[in-house]
Amino acid sequence: MVRIIGFFVGLGFVGVLLISLVVNGIDAIQNPSPHTAEEEFHLKPKNVAFTHEGMFGKYNREQLQRGFQVYKEVCAACHGMKFVSFYQLSDLGYNEAEVKAIANQWAIEVPDVNPETGEATTRKALPSDRFPSPYANETAARAANNNAYPPDLSLITEAREGGAEYIYSLLTGYQQQPAELLRKFPEAKTGQGLHYNPYFANLNIAMPPPLTADGQVTYADGTKSTVDQMAKDVSAFLMWTAEPTLENRHRAGWATLIFLTIATILAYLAYRNIWATAKREVSIRGPLEPAFRERMDEQKGERGIAG
Amino acid sequence: MSFAWAKPYEPKSPFMKWVDERLPVPRLVYGAVGGGYPVPRNLNFFWNFGFMAGFALMVQIITGIVLAMHYNSYAGAAFGSVERIMRDVNAGWLLRYVHQNGASFFFAVIYIHIFRGLYYGSYKAPREVVWMLGLVIYLLMMATAFMGYVLPWGQMSYWGAQVITGFFSAIPLVGEPIRVWLLGGYAPDQAALTRFFSLHYLLPFVIAGVTILKIWALHIPGSSNPTGVDVKDEKDTLPFHPFYTAKDGFGLGVALIIFSLFIFFWPYSLGHPDNYIEANPLVTPAHIVPEWYFWPFYAILRAFTVDFILPAKLWGVLAMFSSILLLFFLTWLDRSPIRSTSYRPVYKIFFWILVFDIALLGYLGVAHITPLTVALSQVAAAYYFAHFLIILPLVSKFEKPLPLPNSITESVLHGEKQESAPFGLAKTSPAVTAVE
Repeated sequence: MVRIIGFFVGLGFVGVLLISLVVNGIDAIQNPSPHTAEEEFHLKPKNVAFTHEGMFGKYNREQLQRGFQVYKEVCAACHGMKFVSFYQLSDLGYNEAEVKAIANQWAIEVPDVNPETGEATTRKALPSDRFPSPYANETAARAANNNAYPPDLSLITEAREGGAEYIYSLLTGYQQQPAELLRKFPEAKTGQGLHYNPYFANLNIAMPPPLTADGQVTYADGTKSTVDQMAKDVSAFLMWTAEPTLENRHRAGWATLIFLTIATILAYLAYRNIWATAKREVSIRGPLEPAFRERMDEQKGERGIAG
Repeated sequence: MSFAWAKPYEPKSPFMKWVDERLPVPRLVYGAVGGGYPVPRNLNFFWNFGFMAGFALMVQIITGIVLAMHYNSYAGAAFGSVERIMRDVNAGWLLRYVHQNGASFFFAVIYIHIFRGLYYGSYKAPREVVWMLGLVIYLLMMATAFMGYVLPWGQMSYWGAQVITGFFSAIPLVGEPIRVWLLGGYAPDQAALTRFFSLHYLLPFVIAGVTILKIWALHIPGSSNPTGVDVKDEKDTLPFHPFYTAKDGFGLGVALIIFSLFIFFWPYSLGHPDNYIEANPLVTPAHIVPEWYFWPFYAILRAFTVDFILPAKLWGVLAMFSSILLLFFLTWLDRSPIRSTSYRPVYKIFFWILVFDIALLGYLGVAHITPLTVALSQVAAAYYFAHFLIILPLVSKFEKPLPLPNSITESVLHGEKQESAPFGLAKTSPAVTAVE
């Protein structure tokens, strides 16, 4: 009975699937789906070498400090980081006084309540504060940015396929819309207030090119601030903001792997040892064989070792 | 327990004797996973995965309980509380990565375990109930994993909840009210998040309960084995402890090495970047995809594209649920008395086609939709149903199996003269006589 019902249920599903196959097949031949500009012109992120990549990856503190400087002087005008606190900057090698100064001098004040009147007000940031967004809310952000919403940057490298390499590619990827694209897809012309960037999912991004000229940021450590260098540094910094525990994770990973490898080798030897008594033809070598144990005890007794 | 020669528990110390006489838990443990459970001696490494699944469940429960101490199920704070766990809670990132990748580890182990059962006919008499309880656990795991994925309240969490609860709206007439009732609203929101959290905390303990039933049911006939031949006498078995505890220990070590590579070095590789964007009901992600362990079912769901008598969506949902439910009837669909596929030359071919087919469905479940992938998923889904409902019953009727070994012991000997008896059972072994 089960087999008969099953047979018909099976025929039903297979039948409907084959009907779908034929219908879709005819449809696909009659109305071939048109190519889109995204399919043809979207690019995968460039390959950039970052020190945090790989199983031994570590952040380059100097690069993170430079990246932070780019964030502070360029990105922070529009993007907040609501999951990152100022005090965490001590991870980048800033000392307590420097962190305090950075928070205190931050261009955007953090919202607070006036303790006397209870009215909403703002005050200077403290190390315990998160990096504030310049906008009160999403509506204010959209109103100020041609209806585009600058995303929070705390997690941006984790929230995008390609991570830090994607951010780097996006920052360095602004260009003129190719003539070929316009010829093939005239309707895909970059709109008013948008900017062509082949690394962005739909090719047209609302953010104007943020890094425009070499020397836009004057690095405190004297590194030459080319656009490429700034993009690389800020991408590394944003990787750190998304995953400040990465170095811990790698260290703990190696400790765990070494421990597990030793434990597994011991477990393997124990396994072979125990199974020796079950697999060998006739074995007195199996250490768990009761007779073998007895003989060991006997020998110990003969030599005067207390068992 | 299972076999006449299973050794009863003998307390080794007066204390254990005292406990055993009053609350026989030591006896229970000894009979379940100790020297009192005789296991076929020829199990290969595919038999390690049941133990590993139990281990994975414990890992998930322990890390989950600690995570729940820091998680906040208020919709406005859930995403932030997960980030707080990642950044501010001591070793929070470790707990979270273990739990997140632990779900994948659990499913990977379970899938190997299920394919083991399919290949070696573990669903056949007398282990039908063991198999069905396993499927119940699998369904509970899917529900638990889905609800757990919603908790971080990222974009994929939110839209995954939207899509999966949307399945119920495919039911004619009552579908939409059921969906609203399940969600506690018209779209996933606070009500849904809180109940998912509550159930996500509850279901693992239900899984643990069903696992106990499953082990209980398993110990009536005892474990199956790669030949599929029944255990005939004491020579065919070894006590679970120390033989299989040692083997499971080694297997677990290897599995943990692979698991830790993911936790510590590729923790995002199995996730989706969109879930690091906070849930936003107004922005639909470009591609809504479930976690990898649901991809084959997602492909089956998407393969139905034509309204034929029933709406396409209903076909998809019916097919998706049927694809798992039909496994409950496997015992009756496969009429071959031979358990192990190694001795079934024709079915073996179809088995490996099925493995490939499900892997292909998995790929198609995540691939971008093009006419080609749609066509492929229709063919692959058709094979899935044809395999279980049409091919398997027919093959099992006409197939001529290869000759089976006479006994388990004979299958292990490979021409050797005679094996020594296992530890603790060596009574008449010539080795012992010689020493004496």
